[in-house]
Formats: sequence, structure tokens, C-alpha cells
Amino acid sequence: MLTLIFKRMLMAIPSLIGVVIVTFLLTRALPGDPAAYFAGPAATKEAVEQIRVKLGLDQPLIVQFGRYVTDLAKGDLGSSLTTGQPVAKEIRARLPASAELTLLGLIVSMAVAIPLGILAATKPGSMIDHACRVITTAGVSLPVFFTGLILVYLFYYQLGWAPAPLGRLDIFTSPPKSITGLYLIDSLLAGNLEVFWASLKQLILPALTLAIFSLAPIARMTRAAMLAVLASDFVRTARASGLSEFTVIVTYAFRNAMLPVITTLGMVFSFLLGANVLVEKVFAWPGIGSFAVEALIASDFAPVQGFVLTMAIMYVALNLLIDVLYGLIDPRVRVEA
Amino acid sequence: MTDTPVQAPTHGIAAIIKHSRYVIAENKVTGFSFGLFVLIVLAAVIGPYVVPYDPLASATSVALKPPSAAHWFGTDQLGRDVFSRVIVATRLDFFIAVASVALVFAMGGLAGVAAGFFGGWVDRVVGRIADTIMAFPLFVLAMGIVAALGNSVQNIILATAIVNFPLYARIARSEANIRRDAGFVQAARLSGNGDIRIVLTQVLPNIMPIMIVQMSLTMGYAILNAAGLSFIGLGVRPPTPEWGIMVAEGAAFMVSGEWWIAFFPGLALMIAVFCFNLLGDGLRDIVDPQRRT
Repeated sequence: MLTLIFKRMLMAIPSLIGVVIVTFLLTRALPGDPAAYFAGPAATKEAVEQIRVKLGLDQPLIVQFGRYVTDLAKGDLGSSLTTGQPVAKEIRARLPASAELTLLGLIVSMAVAIPLGILAATKPGSMIDHACRVITTAGVSLPVFFTGLILVYLFYYQLGWAPAPLGRLDIFTSPPKSITGLYLIDSLLAGNLEVFWASLKQLILPALTLAIFSLAPIARMTRAAMLAVLASDFVRTARASGLSEFTVIVTYAFRNAMLPVITTLGMVFSFLLGANVLVEKVFAWPGIGSFAVEALIASDFAPVQGFVLTMAIMYVALNLLIDVLYGLIDPRVRVEA
Repeated sequence: MTDTPVQAPTHGIAAIIKHSRYVIAENKVTGFSFGLFVLIVLAAVIGPYVVPYDPLASATSVALKPPSAAHWFGTDQLGRDVFSRVIVATRLDFFIAVASVALVFAMGGLAGVAAGFFGGWVDRVVGRIADTIMAFPLFVLAMGIVAALGNSVQNIILATAIVNFPLYARIARSEANIRRDAGFVQAARLSGNGDIRIVLTQVLPNIMPIMIVQMSLTMGYAILNAAGLSFIGLGVRPPTPEWGIMVAEGAAFMVSGEWWIAFFPGLALMIAVFCFNLLGDGLRDIVDPQRRT
């Protein structure tokens, strides 16, 4: 098992190198003179020249790249033009907010999509199968920011069930002491149920928005995988041996159908991390997505670059995790490794 | 569309109706989505000439009015007619989607066919580029590209095309790969055709049906991607009517109950994406029934 994890980690290295090269090239592709750009519009010629030397832009490209990689290795992502703060610090502070939102969204989505897919597969052609088909087709067509706004209108403005879509906590509640940075977990660890409810209330709508968005691919893949597995010989044998329907579907069929579902999770994460940016904008969520959007509007490139790099590294890591998980579930992969 | 001779209009219309009836009978959902598609194209082509109001004209006296007989979709904070803006926006959104899909078809399709047909280092280079793009969450990469190249509609199109590149390159590669030693390719080679000529005249036309299905399937994603980028303030600038930016402008009014400003452009976006997805599924069922899920 350890060798398998090690091998997968080695395979992730080319992706990481590619990611670093692309994010480096993105800054060099900035229109005009990057030094003038970083110096700001009011800078004098000497100031621009000074910045050029300071940023090492007078050096050849390969030296600049070396410098970029050394800075990265030190955890230095540059500084924001507008706030003057180091980008890495800001991203670290905001990452838990995004992580909490994305994870809860994914959990809700899986909790709905997997049973839905299984039910649709066990009764093909039934009402639930048609419902599954409609939901999955509609789900991929819904712009995620639109779903979010509709939910806000329904549950905040019309019904008054949800709080105003303004961040992680209402202004009257102070955040729990930071341990993991996830308010739900921190408040539980501190035993403060009031804060737990307050943060859960803020989280429900954005998490639901993400869940509706990622429901479709998971449900679709679960249904397809279950259909394939249920038609196989070993399920027929299990049925013929008189095992209960529950045992056949859950222990026999579902465990085997999980493999393609887990593979789809990689793609789902790609969508989720992108959708996260839009959802954060709708709900004024103080995560790294809204950080990047604010920087984009101010034409402040260092935070955007840091954000793209962070997201890409997280995505590579998630794919690695999925690969390892795959190995844990499918013993055949372990034997081959 | 071909130019129908003017002298025989009934024949042309009758033929179109007959064919439409066949398509609808074959698969009602595909027929429905095809009808929607025709509507979208119509709105894109003639929309700006038939809308009741100027999409840019503000009239503060009728600002923030709910849908009524005079303003079907209501008016926004500047008194502009939301219905007119939604219809006029169709052209820009449709153009962005078509342009980015055409661009990625040219880039990804050709690169993929070359990779699959020639193999070797071409294959490795194309594969490496595709892998590197796939290492990013796609929307995030598109954000980075637009941020770096500059905030314009052209760059939105380019970014949407680039993030779809791996998909096209992979499909074209595998389809070209299984045909590289096919009988018709060997026959063409024996009759003295060069490799480039074989790729362009033999392999490419053969994988076209599958690529066209792919284009239809990614049109929806292209529209969503572009609208998402303009929702966060990239590309299209106000007051240009575009669905993503209109939803963004209406977002602030959602919490105070003026739902129509964001709702109708969002609905238009949803219908367009829904239509392309259904159409793509339908086309795929016709071209390649085995891939149906």
C-alpha cells in the first residue's frame, strides 16, 4: 500500500511542474510591461526601473523562473498591490472558509445523489428513474450563481428562513476560537452550540447551491455504474443464492459500482472548485474565491496568480487522494502495484 | 442552411416540415430541443431588430417596475426594459459560445488528430499540454487566463477554448488512432497521397460526426463558462446586455425582492444551456448509440 501511495505521488510531480510553469507564464503574458504594471499607473520612470530590478525582470526568463520557484519553495506568493499584505498569508486565512463550504456542499450532494442513482438503477423506467434523469439534465444546465440567487430569494426574502447572504456569521455572533478554521467543527470543539447553529444557518444556502450543481454528475455516474454492475454474473449468482435484496444491492453491487463513482469525483472537484468562486461572490463568502474576484476587479495580479496556483495544487492533491482511495477500495490495484 | 429557390417556397417549407416531423417522431426530446435551438438562433439573428425597447435606453421614471403588459420582464434599476435586454443579449452569448467552440475545434481537433495519426513525439507533446491544462480546475484556469491576457470578450473566448482543449484533443486522438491503419487510409496512401493530405481528406471527415456531437455538448458548457466569467466582472462590460452580467447586476436586488432583473437573464441562460445539452445528447444517440448513459 505504501509503495502504491509513493508511486502515485511520483506521478503527480509532472502535473505540479506543469502547474508552476503555467502560472509563471501567465504573469509574463500580462499585456505591456509587467514592471510598469506592478509599479502602478502613477509611477515615474525611475520607479518603474527600480521595480524592474527588484522583481528581477531585467534578468533572462530562465533566471526569473528560477527566482519564482525559489520564492514558491519559501511559501512566498508575492504581495497584493492594493492591501500590501503577503498573498500567502491572506490565502491561508481565507482557505478554511472555502474548504468548509466546498466540503459541506460535496457531502450534501453525495448524500442525495448516491441513493438517488442507486434507486434509479434498481428500478429502471420507474418514476424515480425519470426523476433522476430530469434532475441530472436540469442540474448541469443551471448556472450555479443563478441557483444561489433563486435560493436567496426564496429562503431569505420570501420565507425568511435563511439569514441574509452576507458571510460566514451574522454581525452579532463572534467566531469561535480557531483550531481547524472550520466554524462548524471549532464551535463544536468549544462546546458552543449557539455559534454552531449560527454558522450552520449561514452555510446551508451556499452549500446547497454547490450541492445542486454537483448532484448531476454523481447521480448520473452512480446510476450508470449500478446498472452495469447489476447486470453482471456475480450479482445474478448472489441473487440465485437467495441473498436478501439489500445485501445484493449494498454489499455486492454498490461496492463494485463505487469505483467509477470515485473516478468521477475528480471531475466533480474540478467543477466544484470553480463553482466555489461564483457561490462565494453570491453569498459574500469571505473565502479565497472572493479574494481572487476582488483582486481581479482591481487588476491586482499577484493574488490572482496565488489563487490559481493554490487551487491547482489543491486539485492535484485531491486527485492524488482519489487515486489512493481507489487503491484502498479496489484490491486489484494494490496487487498490480 | 441552403438558399431555397424563391419560385418553389411551398416545396421547401413542406420538406422542412416533413423532416422536422421525422426528427420529432424519432425522439420527442431532441425535437423539442431542436425547436428551442431554432428560437435561440432566431433571437440571435433578428432579436435586436424586433425588441420593443432600446436595450440601452434608461428611463428613470419607470425604474424597478415588476413585469407588466408594457414591460414583459419588468424594468431594471435604470428603467431599461429587461425583456429587450435579454433578447438582445442572445446574440453576444451565442456568438461567444460558437466562437469558442469553433476555436477549440480547430485547435484541439487538429492537435488530437495529429497526435493520434502520427503518434511519437507529436502525441507526447499534445498529451503533455492536455495533461497540464487538466491539472487545473477549469473555471479557475479560465479566470487566470483572462486576468493575465486582459479583460476582453476575445480573451473570454480564448480562455473558454483553452480549457476545453483537452476534451477535444483526447477524443480526436482516440478516434484518429483507431483509423490510422484503416483500409481507406491504406488505400489513400497506396494511391500516393501524403500524410497531411490523408489526415485532412480522409481521417478528419471520418471523425467529424463524433466531433460535431462533442461541439454541441460543449456549447452549453461554453455559455456557462463565459457567463460565469462575466458574472464575476470579467470580459463584457456594462451597459452591454449579456446574460451573466445582467444576473450580476440584478443580484443586489434579489435580497430586496426585485427578482425579475436577475431572474429572466438567468432563465434565458438556463434554457440555452439546457437546449444545447439535450441537443447534444440527442445527436449523440443518433451518431453513436452505444455511448448512451
